[in-house]
Amino acid sequence: MATHTPHSTLDALINVAGDTTDASMKTAKMPIGIPGFTLHEEERTVPASEPPVWPINKDLSYVGKPQERWDGRAKATGRARYTADVQLPGMLYARFVNSTVPHARVLSIDTSAAESYPGVKSVHVIEKLLGGAVLRDPTLEQNRYPIVRYVGQPIAAVAATTPQAAEDAAAKIKVKYETLPFVVDMDQAREKDSPQVFPGAADQAGTAGGGGSSASGVPQTGNVHGPAVHKQGDVEQGFKDADVIVDAHYTTQVQTHSALETHGVVADWKPDLLTVYASTQGTASVREELAAYFQLPMSKVRVITEFMGGGFGAKFGAGNPGVVAATLSRKAGAPVRLMLDRQEEHLSVGNRPSSDQRLRIGAKKDGTITAIQLISFGTAGCGTGAGCAGPASNLYKWATLHVEENDVFINAGPAAAFRAPGHPQGAFALEQSIDELAASLNMDLLDLRDRIDENPVRRVQRQIIRESAIWKSRNPRANADVGPIKRGIGLSQSVWYRHLAMDSAAEVRVHKDGSVEVLSAVQDIGSGIKTVLAQILAEQFGVPPAQVEVKIGDTNYPVGPNSGGSVTTASLTPAVRDAAWQAAQKFLASVAPALGVKASDLTLTDGMVRSASGKFQPIAFRSAAARMDTNQVSAQSRRIPDYDPRKYDTYGGVDVAEVAVDTETGRIHVKHVLAVHDCGRPMNPVAVISQINGGVIQGISYTLFEHRLLDPNYGIMVNSNLDKYKIAGSYEVPKIEVQLTESYIGQSSTDASGIGEAAGIISAGAAIANAFYNATGVRIRQMPMTPAVVLAALNQPKPQMEAL
Amino acid sequence: MNSFSLADCTTVEAALSQLKNGAVVKAGGVDLLDRMKNGTDTPNRLVNIRNIRELRGIQSTPDGVTIGALTTLAEIADDPTIRAQYTILSDACGHAATPHIRNMATIGGNVLQELQCWYFRSAEFQCIRKGKEQCFAFSGLNQYHAIMDYGGCPSVAPSSSAVALLALNATIELTSAAKGKRKVAIQNFYVQPDANPHRFNVKADEELLTAIHIPKPAPGTRSAYQKYGEKESHDWAIADAGILLEMDGDICRRAVVTMGAASPVVRRSKEAEAVLTGKPITRDTARAAGKASMTGAMPLSMNGYKVQLFPIAIYRTILLAAGQMERDPSAAG
Ligand SMILES: Cc1cc2nc3c(=O)[nH]c(=O)nc-3n(C[C@H](O)[C@H](O)[C@H](O)COP(=O)(O)OP(=O)(O)OC[C@H]3O[C@@H](n4cnc5c(N)ncnc54)[C@H](O)[C@@H]3O)c2cc1C
Ligand code: SF4
Repeated sequence: MATHTPHSTLDALINVAGDTTDASMKTAKMPIGIPGFTLHEEERTVPASEPPVWPINKDLSYVGKPQERWDGRAKATGRARYTADVQLPGMLYARFVNSTVPHARVLSIDTSAAESYPGVKSVHVIEKLLGGAVLRDPTLEQNRYPIVRYVGQPIAAVAATTPQAAEDAAAKIKVKYETLPFVVDMDQAREKDSPQVFPGAADQAGTAGGGGSSASGVPQTGNVHGPAVHKQGDVEQGFKDADVIVDAHYTTQVQTHSALETHGVVADWKPDLLTVYASTQGTASVREELAAYFQLPMSKVRVITEFMGGGFGAKFGAGNPGVVAATLSRKAGAPVRLMLDRQEEHLSVGNRPSSDQRLRIGAKKDGTITAIQLISFGTAGCGTGAGCAGPASNLYKWATLHVEENDVFINAGPAAAFRAPGHPQGAFALEQSIDELAASLNMDLLDLRDRIDENPVRRVQRQIIRESAIWKSRNPRANADVGPIKRGIGLSQSVWYRHLAMDSAAEVRVHKDGSVEVLSAVQDIGSGIKTVLAQILAEQFGVPPAQVEVKIGDTNYPVGPNSGGSVTTASLTPAVRDAAWQAAQKFLASVAPALGVKASDLTLTDGMVRSASGKFQPIAFRSAAARMDTNQVSAQSRRIPDYDPRKYDTYGGVDVAEVAVDTETGRIHVKHVLAVHDCGRPMNPVAVISQINGGVIQGISYTLFEHRLLDPNYGIMVNSNLDKYKIAGSYEVPKIEVQLTESYIGQSSTDASGIGEAAGIISAGAAIANAFYNATGVRIRQMPMTPAVVLAALNQPKPQMEAL
Repeated sequence: MNSFSLADCTTVEAALSQLKNGAVVKAGGVDLLDRMKNGTDTPNRLVNIRNIRELRGIQSTPDGVTIGALTTLAEIADDPTIRAQYTILSDACGHAATPHIRNMATIGGNVLQELQCWYFRSAEFQCIRKGKEQCFAFSGLNQYHAIMDYGGCPSVAPSSSAVALLALNATIELTSAAKGKRKVAIQNFYVQPDANPHRFNVKADEELLTAIHIPKPAPGTRSAYQKYGEKESHDWAIADAGILLEMDGDICRRAVVTMGAASPVVRRSKEAEAVLTGKPITRDTARAAGKASMTGAMPLSMNGYKVQLFPIAIYRTILLAAGQMERDPSAAG
């Protein structure tokens, strides 16, 4: 089991419990391991109702085969309806009024000019703000309105008949502030005499998707919320036992999610039903929060997400946009659209916390790690969740561990879960220090990792890398190139966890005309779950995936998982396969009378209904369907627990990056990435590769460019756009070579796992930094690696060089 | 964005007659609409000149070339004459912004675009350039700001094309309803912030920029422009260099070295030019010229790296102009 996951909240969100009610069990022989390397069979005890075991991908027809996106054409032609495309009769347009100061008590809010502005239908002043940490002792701050803790904090909102009227009216709302001292620099916030973001201790409940906080009852001194301490064994003894110690300091910056589609909803409050179209990665989470906030029965809240333009962890729950739009709709008696603009998106709906890490690793001459100590600070703005000890705790085997994670409050918007929370930061430090360790032990980088990494999948992945052309072309001597542009190759490993959302269900229907459909409330956040569901039905019924009807993204359907923590495919697909299997059995029972046999004589394989007794020649599924004794059969299933949850609880992934460092201009070009990753059974390999391409690009972007910049004197973000908040563009995309290691683990009827988090974002930073070292002989321990940072690193007097 | 009325004009005359009472010209709109969306500019009337056909196109004349104000950056970058004889300009236009923007952006708008200083672009900050007393950059975030000749406003000149036009000795043609046409040499076109913080250039509000005239380069002229961003795709320059060399065999008879992202107004480096004049172009002279370009540099708290970067940009662009080095992959965007 993962020994220390700073994402206890994730587990809470996705409810790892769930028990097998089915008493009758059977044994099943399942493929386990990696074809070409470790493939073998293992026996599992599984509920008798489970469908037959699937063979490995090469022996399936649709699953595991590259499959065009089920809704690709709709997206490419503009037919796809995203939240901002939703048009309802009489719909109003809403705008927020946001704080212009970083820390203040709001004394009064005058909305009169806005209320009387032509076209305005409702105005709402926020008295209960969602998100961020809250005081343990709320009496320390008493004010009618929420205390402003960051620039861009929503204060009020207006709904009007046109976007222009809403914007103009919002500008007429007068907010009177009593400004308070503020701090936006983390180092300054850690100092004794710093302005305080909160007047006392404050905590944040975990948010869906792994944002928010760590353990409760953590101490707080000034703005420093922590440390959350995790110790195993006597780390001082561990360092005494070490032959070598590497000790280094790393920093990473705040990154904003910057999904192409901003946060937003269309809320339609009717007396008998609140319907909300939301850009969300959890229709279930939005319904839950709205029902709780407005004290509505869940049956009276419907959430719809037909298409989604990205979330990366920041789009769980209704949030302020959701509850404010619903409130405005209720007041106005009309549907309300509230989409954030790009600036609001940067400021108020989440970010990846920064980190400042001191990492010490002690090891024996043979590489065995005797001690790991990580003291980290990071800022999640006025929220918590900056822990980054996941990689240090879970990637390698160690004898003793000592982790202290601290959140530092500053006057900035609260963080949110962001693709592999904490892990890109943690791996940036850990994987550089492991390279340094290898150098000081005079060991090969892969040999050392073979020694200290127990994960069997990464072992195979390293083997693939060892044999790859790119790794073979690596010069182990650092700074070998002469001339200003130096080439280097480096690698980094990653780790993520097999989280599951047990509350995942689906219904499968078979109609008399031979059409089949699958229904689930799950939303497709872009990773392609619609396509995968179509493939599962295609595999069961033998019809092409394009002909399967996929109906998802609506809470009217069976409950679906919230898409965070790489849970969606691993959680939902077994339920869908089980439902498809059961629907197929019902279908066979429904056609058996007309075919003159017992249902037990019938099987449905490769799209043909076959008689075991040979009573008739195989009949095509569609022709057989015409003989059903009802118009429709259907079956619903929910996720059952993993067959053997003690096994295979983490995912691997090893990435190699080749860079060219221009030592005169300080520019780093990532030229080539080899990404070797696993996700159980890859259901749709092209979609998996697409996730990895995206993860690698996002990782490069984070490592080299992205940086939320807050003016130290005013607390205002100066680059709250997409030209000075710099994101990798097409020139920055390297050649990306993805090698999928099909890794069967025998855990469910699909044996699928997740890929979203492990997909490159975790390891990109360290792989680039290690490649930079290989190129230049200089360690770069700071992100983003802009020319200013690179030139500064290269200008340092050189410390003794690592050998490898 | 504020509400505004829009006059769509198809002739210069019609546009000029509209330019009064605070009406603002919109060409491609790339820069103007950005400022309006940021809330820093709130004009109540826009005069759209984008459909004035007579202002679009490139004409060769006996003494040079005349470029209509509405010619797009993409058109200039692709024009065979410009590429062959005014390489520095096709380089500058072809590497500004993104392909999409270059299809929209006009040369007139590019020359007239306003500062990219993030304080200037934010409605929350009222600085010297907006009629107030303060500059926020000195004690704030200034990693992309100026390193020389900045006086009270260390913003940087944003226009790539202007870096080329300065090297080419271009003349800007301005036209107004009242006074007709007048011509201003590019070196007199931009206004130093300390001379008048409220004006970026000498164009009056009621004037249209109608054309840009560029004299024919002397025989033996070779030129190039390179722009370095933090990244290659759609990034602003952190350093850039315009180089024009009049060669006499191996000897450089006359050199022009221009820079944009170093100072509030595009500038020539006489020091760098002096190093090259009368000498052959070699790696050594190019390096020495790059180094000389930083004479008088006074970096701010966060932009010291630019003092290291500019000499490299200049050195490499000199060699590119001289045909001794490939275009820098770092300057691909
Ligand atoms: C992401 C991004 C990156 C960029 N990178 C670069 C770069 O690397 N290099 C670079 O040079 N630029 C760059 N730009 C800026 C872009 O090139 C300019 O905004 C564009 O050239 C402006 O041209 P326009 O025709 O759209 O001007 P407009 O926005 O229409 O006008 C700009 C200004 O000039 C005035 N104006 C325009 N034409 C006339 C005229 N004929 N007579 C009188 N007044 C006029 C307008 O009133 C307005 O104030 C970038 C822009 C973006 C968004
Ligand atoms: S640098 Fe210039 S434009 Fe920027 S804040 Fe200072 S005065 Fe204003």
